[in-house]
Amino acid sequence: MTFDALPEIAQSTIRQALEAGATDAECTISDGAEFSANVRMGELETLKEAGSRGAGLRVLIGQRMGSSYTSDLTPEGIRMMVRSAIDLAGLTTEDPHAGLPDADELGSIKGDLGLFSDEVAGLETDRKIDAAKRAEAAALSYDPRITNSEGGSFDSNVGGHVFANSRGFTGWYKSSYCSISAVPVAVLNGAMERDYWFTTARDFKGLEEPEYVGRKAAERALRRLGAVKVDTQKVPVIFEPRTARTLLGNLFEAVEGRSIYREASFLAGKLGEKIADSRFTLIDDGTMPRLFGSQPFDDEGVPTRRTPVIERGVLKNYLLNTYTGRKLGMKTTGNASRGITGNAGIGHGNFYLEAGDKSPEEILRGVKNGILVTELIGSGVNTVTGDYSRGAVGMWIRDGELAFPVSEVTIASTLQEMLLGIAEIGNDLEFRGSVSAPTIMIGEMTVAGR
Amino acid sequence: MSFSDSFFAAKFGISRRDLENYLSEALSRGGDYADLYFEYLATSSLSIDESIVKSATQGVSLGVGVRVISGERTGYAYSGDLSPEKIRHAAQVAAMIAAGPSKVEKTPLEEGAKRNLYPVLTAPLETAFKERVELAQRAEKAARAYDSRIFQVQVVYADNLRQVLVATSDGSLSYDRQPLARMSVFALARDKEGPPQQGHAGGGGRYELDWFHKERTPEYFATEAARQAIVQLGAAEAPAGEQIVVLGPGWPGVLLHEAVGHGLEADFNRKGVSAFSGRIGQQVASPLCTVVDDGTIGGRRGSLNVDDEGNETQRNVLIENGILRGYLQDKLSSRILGTAATGSGRRESYEHIPMPRMTNTFMLAGESDPGDIIRSVPRGLYCANFAGGQVDITSGNFVFSASESYLIEDGKLTRPVRNATLIGNGPEAMKYVSMVGNDLKLDEGIGVCGKEGQSVPVGVGIPTVRIDRMTVGGTA
Repeated sequence: MTFDALPEIAQSTIRQALEAGATDAECTISDGAEFSANVRMGELETLKEAGSRGAGLRVLIGQRMGSSYTSDLTPEGIRMMVRSAIDLAGLTTEDPHAGLPDADELGSIKGDLGLFSDEVAGLETDRKIDAAKRAEAAALSYDPRITNSEGGSFDSNVGGHVFANSRGFTGWYKSSYCSISAVPVAVLNGAMERDYWFTTARDFKGLEEPEYVGRKAAERALRRLGAVKVDTQKVPVIFEPRTARTLLGNLFEAVEGRSIYREASFLAGKLGEKIADSRFTLIDDGTMPRLFGSQPFDDEGVPTRRTPVIERGVLKNYLLNTYTGRKLGMKTTGNASRGITGNAGIGHGNFYLEAGDKSPEEILRGVKNGILVTELIGSGVNTVTGDYSRGAVGMWIRDGELAFPVSEVTIASTLQEMLLGIAEIGNDLEFRGSVSAPTIMIGEMTVAGR
Repeated sequence: MSFSDSFFAAKFGISRRDLENYLSEALSRGGDYADLYFEYLATSSLSIDESIVKSATQGVSLGVGVRVISGERTGYAYSGDLSPEKIRHAAQVAAMIAAGPSKVEKTPLEEGAKRNLYPVLTAPLETAFKERVELAQRAEKAARAYDSRIFQVQVVYADNLRQVLVATSDGSLSYDRQPLARMSVFALARDKEGPPQQGHAGGGGRYELDWFHKERTPEYFATEAARQAIVQLGAAEAPAGEQIVVLGPGWPGVLLHEAVGHGLEADFNRKGVSAFSGRIGQQVASPLCTVVDDGTIGGRRGSLNVDDEGNETQRNVLIENGILRGYLQDKLSSRILGTAATGSGRRESYEHIPMPRMTNTFMLAGESDPGDIIRSVPRGLYCANFAGGQVDITSGNFVFSASESYLIEDGKLTRPVRNATLIGNGPEAMKYVSMVGNDLKLDEGIGVCGKEGQSVPVGVGIPTVRIDRMTVGGTA
């Protein structure tokens, strides 16, 4: 069965669901082939290659909803899936807001988003292994203190996505992905530090050079060596792009419709209010060519779009699917997202913070005593209350320069105060993955250490 | 039950001879070892939100993973289609990791000893869906009834039934039926002023649905979630800096999982990238600490009759009286290190390569009275519950977030505090354990452990423990 056969399977699934008593139905089918090669200390360690597919179905019987999924796309597998969803719809409660998007909301954005390159499926195995080897080798040879490694990797994926519903929508698109990464370990006086770097693109030629990935990872591991704990104090905190993007991840949870209608977000009921520094403009855009947050239609068949979430510090929009839109008396923003199992939740497109005008170096120079955060660990962000407290690794800043590495500390504040307390936004926005931010400096947070 | 009556033989007509042939195919290019992991996973879940049964989902996935080991190399392929051509093709792809003529002689497959840690006749997934809906509805009602300040309640009930079959080229054949169920309750509370606060509780295991009627009722979890949300309404900001920390019994055992457990997984140690590498026989915790990982406790969420490589799970002592005793092994690591299996090879699904993982990880009870432990602290923090944690196994630094904690002042719990994060270093933190309670408790059965993109169910446990020095990340 080829990818071309899948739209017909989705449509036939819908037909079977309607025949079995559904008043509306939608079907998602995903198909993918993955490859990964890991190299460690110069030797190939694992090689993985396989393909898989699955289908998910959501049916409505009036205002009751049921869903099901299967990895078995044979006629018998599909029949079972349809029966499962219909059975469950009989057991859920009438929900006045449940339903598919209106017919005039359905559609797909025009033009080729450049999500797929047929180069990826044809890449030779040796070339992929070689990329992983070169990345790791560059890290290992960068400095004598890099003595060990968790390896270098090459990963790729080629997939297709089909969506159809009973309101006449059928759409599909293909996508491809490849990445190179390196994870070296640096040692000083018996203490080890590990860091990583990676590059991702839609095709091989869009990737950074493997040697660059390896060197960058090595630099990052090396600068962590000899890290100390600092005294507990309140200081300015700079998030480099890799950690700044995690703040955006926290904000996404606070602006997605489900947390809003449940009033489980510190941003519920705040539309139109100034919640951040006036230089802060946060955008969600699912239409940007080649990027990893782009797709022509969302997982309910609604075209993706550009939605300003925060504009010059003012909360402008929540990110919604059909259900949460109806709950809030608003319209979907084309942000429905689902896997094969379960119902449509909410996802983001390319979720990014607009760049400011200062370089990261200039921002650093303005700090007398503070911390540059290069890694965050733990799950201490509560988007219901806005409370923020996470483990941090980074570099101490003294008189505008990086002075020494710091670890085993936490940084804490609230997201409310952090947003209003933004002191600087860097000009170094780069789109890596689907959430992207430039350097961000917060005027003051509590660093807890000794 | 004999093999011919087992799930994959009966449902898909897979014979011993088929398995032996696939293994031969996998070793046709000279690999040293191969295994097959067949999996049929049926799941169901439902959620109640705003007093409405908003979603209900069920489905199945099935497939087979083929692994070939050649020296230290692993080749892996899988198929979601159990036709002989597709399985043979997966075996050929996995075989590519090796280069040379086949050198392994066919070993006849033999079934290992049988035991059943979860003698569940009817798995929760096999009961009427309506019964499970009713359980969730009871939880929803009970959470709302707890206090008028509770304004949002969500209940998620999920279960699954996994059928596995593992055949290995060293001659072992095992199959298992693994039921699992879990209920989670999330409650939001609000006062006249101030932000809403949330509480969460849940539990389950490898039991019959009856467990939710007899052992842990929906009302039990609901009351606990609602209670936590209400407690948080009055909470002050957490202190910042080094403190004496007392961990309550049960779920705070997640400290062991993060601070110690991951660092003792053999893959990291084989590669020398764990803060615990090369430290067997050394003092890594206070002599009061004995930590075990035990996959054999009846019905527990982290327990398994056989691991995902076909080895029986067992009780492994990780730290004995503060001395590091051993690592958790998978087949690859024990082959390379020449050590005995520990039954710790686990994987998320047939699409994943097994790795050394924890099962149920806990500290044995000590001799102190829990009340005495709290009374011994002039000023510190008592952590009753945690949201979750994370560790950097190379530096050993770990973090975990308290979801319910209290200030200790003059030996008494005084005020609840919020937003406390604990941070420490694995091989160091446990040296500051100065009192261990006699009240060992295992968690209620909600743990999910993530490693390299693979999630597996686990359990944790700990008695009340006093740690003399730990950094607390708060704002006050």
